[in-house]
Amino acid sequence: MPAGADLFSIPFDVPPYRLSGAVYGTLLNHRTALGALGEAAHQPPYHAPPVAPVLYIKPRNTLALPGDVVRIPVGTLELEVGACVGLVIGRTACRVAESRALEHVAGFLIVADVSIPHASLHRPSIRFKARDGFCPLGPAVTPRAAGVDPDALWVRTYVDGVLVHSASTAELIRPAKALLAEVTEFMTLSPGDVLALGAAGPAPRVRSGQTVTIEIDGLGSLSNPYREAAA
Amino acid sequence: MMRARVAYAGAIHEATPAPASTPDAEALRLADGRVVAAEEVVWLPPFQAGTVIALGLNYADHAQELGFKHQDEPLVFLKGPGTLLGHRGVTRRPAGVGFMHYECELTVVIGRPAKHVARSRAFEHVAGYCIANDYAIRDYLENWYRPNLRVKNRDGATVLGPWLVDAADIADPKNLGLRTFVNGQLTQAGNTRDLIFDIPYLVEYLSSFMTLLPGDAILTGTPEGVVNVMPGDVVTCEIDGLGRLVNTIVADAEFGR
Repeated sequence: MPAGADLFSIPFDVPPYRLSGAVYGTLLNHRTALGALGEAAHQPPYHAPPVAPVLYIKPRNTLALPGDVVRIPVGTLELEVGACVGLVIGRTACRVAESRALEHVAGFLIVADVSIPHASLHRPSIRFKARDGFCPLGPAVTPRAAGVDPDALWVRTYVDGVLVHSASTAELIRPAKALLAEVTEFMTLSPGDVLALGAAGPAPRVRSGQTVTIEIDGLGSLSNPYREAAA
Repeated sequence: MMRARVAYAGAIHEATPAPASTPDAEALRLADGRVVAAEEVVWLPPFQAGTVIALGLNYADHAQELGFKHQDEPLVFLKGPGTLLGHRGVTRRPAGVGFMHYECELTVVIGRPAKHVARSRAFEHVAGYCIANDYAIRDYLENWYRPNLRVKNRDGATVLGPWLVDAADIADPKNLGLRTFVNGQLTQAGNTRDLIFDIPYLVEYLSSFMTLLPGDAILTGTPEGVVNVMPGDVVTCEIDGLGRLVNTIVADAEFGR
């Protein structure tokens, strides 16, 4: 690990698995997320709904562990928290067939995709999604052998203990295996890489002083306090 | 100092240009003392990359070429580890696409952690430089989270190398000529003095919201002159003081498709 990596609390060892540090997210992969756009998806600047999976990268500086404080930048009132199921890759996945896709998955974990709310999805600045600590994940990797079905999981988000959002991965536009097949057609995923399946819409918003807990069937829960950054 | 990472005879090595007395001008000297020919080794990206950050439309002429006007903020996108490729490698052009192009770019490699770094101190955080050839396939461009990964994060489509050149050896990174040749013919030429957002600006901007770590790389964008490349084309990107980065375009068949 390069010098300086100890600046972050994430050691990449999320028992019982070691993560590579590469985390890919998927946007608009839940019917409620794409549906919320309505007619706008057909208007400029988009012109048409997405054809291929809409992907983005959470770089290593964003990775954080359960309990880590998420800092709300000065001048920002609220952050958006997209609760996702993350696939942890176990075997090199290149051009996988849907029927064999899940054999390349070691297990699952919870991914909290934190963003500064932004209206346009055309060419958003990475400063909305790539800030330090904006991707808590954990609490552990639940092995695939535990029998979790990634396409039938309830994802619940609580703010200060109150349920504010719940959705099922049964409503994903591309279920896990379809997403893996399409992504690995052009982009190989390696052991320890994480591919988040995408959050449901509308993502809950959170303010300084609050604590967000994401609970996913069989994957445990991930809690993080949100605090204003020092000026 | 210029350093390469190469695979040779069963291991990965750091390599430097062989001493001037060596008859083969392009020979390499491995850290263990062996001298080998450039074509005997497999060239890897010259450093172990962390976060790979790339700039879109950072030369006024190229922005104009693509019909873009004024920008308030750099257009930044990120790349994953699977897209990286070394010198003398091959990059696949899928059958049926209409426009695949190279992009010759000055790459800045971070050497010291950078958080809230002022532009006046930016160069203190730079370890060195290398050349990038950041391929794009424009057929796959969609209007969601542009530029989408299917355009810009394809396997083996971000070529880095051949050398990581120490920052101390590049007197003025703000005045480096860039050139791309396709099959020996000059197709792209520019100079880093025409960057819209220069290196100090980029380090200050990026480090204002994300901590940059050693091994992180910033691909600073490409000037005008991108042209379509076809299987069999040899694409050579050259930057003053950094060497020549060679890549060959191949068809699907090479990848068993």
